[in-house]
Amino acid sequence: MTEQHHPGAPLDLGVLGFERGAHLLVRRALHGVPVGGRITVTGGDPALGVHLRAWARREGHGFSAVTGRTATWELARGSAETDRWAGAERAGGPGPDGIVARPPAHWGLAARGALVEAGGPDVRFDVDDRDVVWADLAPRLYAHAAAAQWDPATAVDWDATTDVPAEVEAAVVQVMTYLVENEQAALVVPAGLLARVHPHFREVQQLLAVQAADEARHMDVFTRRALLHGGRMGTSSAGGRSSLATLLAEPDFSLASFLLSVLGEGSFLSLLAFLERHAPDPVTAQITHLARVDEARHVAFGVAHLEHQSGVDPSLRGKLRTAIERRHDALADTAGLNADVFDALVVLAAGAWTPEAIARGHDAVQELHHAMDEGRRQRLARLGFPPDEAAELSALHTRNFM
Amino acid sequence: MTLIMGGVAYDPKVLTIWDGFRQWLRGQGLDFDYVLYSHYERQVEDLADGRIHAAWNSPLAWLRTERLAAARGRTVRSAVMRDTDQDLTSVVVVRADSPATTPGDLAGGTVGVGAVDSPQSTLIPLSFLRHSGLDDVRVRRFDVGVGLHGDHIGGERDAARALVAGEIDAACMIDGNHLLFGQEGTLPAGSTRVLAQTGVYDHCTMAIVDTAPADEADEFVRLLLSMSYADPQVRPLLDLEGLKQWVPGRTSGFGPLARAVDETGFYDAAGTVTAREYDP
Ligand SMILES: [Fe+2]
Ligand SMILES: [Fe+2]
Repeated sequence: MTEQHHPGAPLDLGVLGFERGAHLLVRRALHGVPVGGRITVTGGDPALGVHLRAWARREGHGFSAVTGRTATWELARGSAETDRWAGAERAGGPGPDGIVARPPAHWGLAARGALVEAGGPDVRFDVDDRDVVWADLAPRLYAHAAAAQWDPATAVDWDATTDVPAEVEAAVVQVMTYLVENEQAALVVPAGLLARVHPHFREVQQLLAVQAADEARHMDVFTRRALLHGGRMGTSSAGGRSSLATLLAEPDFSLASFLLSVLGEGSFLSLLAFLERHAPDPVTAQITHLARVDEARHVAFGVAHLEHQSGVDPSLRGKLRTAIERRHDALADTAGLNADVFDALVVLAAGAWTPEAIARGHDAVQELHHAMDEGRRQRLARLGFPPDEAAELSALHTRNFM
Repeated sequence: MTLIMGGVAYDPKVLTIWDGFRQWLRGQGLDFDYVLYSHYERQVEDLADGRIHAAWNSPLAWLRTERLAAARGRTVRSAVMRDTDQDLTSVVVVRADSPATTPGDLAGGTVGVGAVDSPQSTLIPLSFLRHSGLDDVRVRRFDVGVGLHGDHIGGERDAARALVAGEIDAACMIDGNHLLFGQEGTLPAGSTRVLAQTGVYDHCTMAIVDTAPADEADEFVRLLLSMSYADPQVRPLLDLEGLKQWVPGRTSGFGPLARAVDETGFYDAAGTVTAREYDP
């Protein structure tokens, strides 16, 4: 027996046995000595000697009965536990300042900052590049989003009905039907992206998850408004669905986020503001307002992380340009926007079926187009596009708005 | 030349284990392959006949290998074992309210054991009880996985359950399973008591026959002994197989089982299966 280590007082387990957690105390005592160090264990459980021997063998510790003393055993600490953790590493740090540029695949689902045992499966999260996925704004946007969640049942005064003329109500129903279709695309895209983001970028996943939850509520309130007065849902055009299908088809994280959040949801900010302003009833005004506040966050994240990325990757703008052009070409032969929706927007803004009112409505929709275009050009400029190129690209955006 | 090892598929995880070892050993440059058997007796016969070179043997399979090989003029060695294969014990357990205080007190009663071919829950403890002065006792066997030499835990667990249910007066099991049954609740805390504990004995060993290609066999042993629990590639394999470290094999721990085999005539001196009611 080596005597350079002096064992402390014997660990007395009292009547505690291994059926009721004795191994915790034994393991803790072993932690108090270095590998090869010894502890003495005693206790009153009649099976203690049997169990200590079996447990020590299984855990790789030495075991011997102390001769001349009853119910007393000696354990020598084995190296299994220190061996297991010898190659372990911290998965970055818990805060945003602990994020690494390229988290390895084997960190997988480990919490950021956790001590990760070496080995284990490589879990493929293909969006694993900080420069592609991260934005310093993400933690704050997530906190804001979590605090801003609203309950569709109580945040909207569903009883606040006014008499909406039947033809105008039909226009509202058509617009709502269109919105629900677009919200579904806006839910599916971030949901698909978030499952590909390495969990190391926790705040981005959280943000995308809340974004998907936002869209779920939007689908909810727009559907409820469409059916509020007992009508049927409006139409869904092949052209509109073609436009949205191109959004779902974009596999690249940055490009998908660019097309959806910067251009699509960016345009929707103007559309939702338009609908709130011209809403014929308080419910429509309330739900478009609530949705617009959420959408502003979605746009902010899209712009922020692409702004970060374009700062480190000069080739990004060329890829963004190609993405717009590719989508435009794919949609060149489709109608793009549901004509029913365009007409409904005019009627909604007109509020009545008189020639004067329709002219006013038409002008308002023209203004909406300008506002959308202006917004897109501003956001493209933030990503570093010069004004003329921003104008050119904005013009190529889908007629379906999203 | 390919070194071929036999293993017994007592559980589906055996495939994962030996496939993992195969990949790792081949990655280390050893031309290694394995075959799986449904029970130990055929594996042992193939080893003694030289059809395979090595066999991951139960202690009972080791004893038969030794006898079969000797009868053919061959030798086998116990080359490498798990650290968890050395110095095991078995226990005889009674209900807490049993009047028995020594093995002899079980006279006239019924002792539950595992499968007919289980070293740790049948052969060794029954031999131990006989030598403790207990002759007049009925034995109730819980035959699960016959041919697997007790690798299947089912018989021991069934005996433990029968003890708690009052169907038998005592049950025999390996110390590690007594610990497990207590922790999983098969033996509720406080409901049973250890009546006696056998002396220490050894369990599985890697048997290598002298007709094996010598260089490959030595390299096989050297590589196993080199496996480190600190290596993240190796650690999952060691965890699955239930060891922290391979240790040099020995034969000094097979005495209690050899005595039991001879007392019951499980195998004869030439390694022929002579046990009654044993049909793997
Ligand atoms: Fe939305
Ligand atoms: Fe959105």
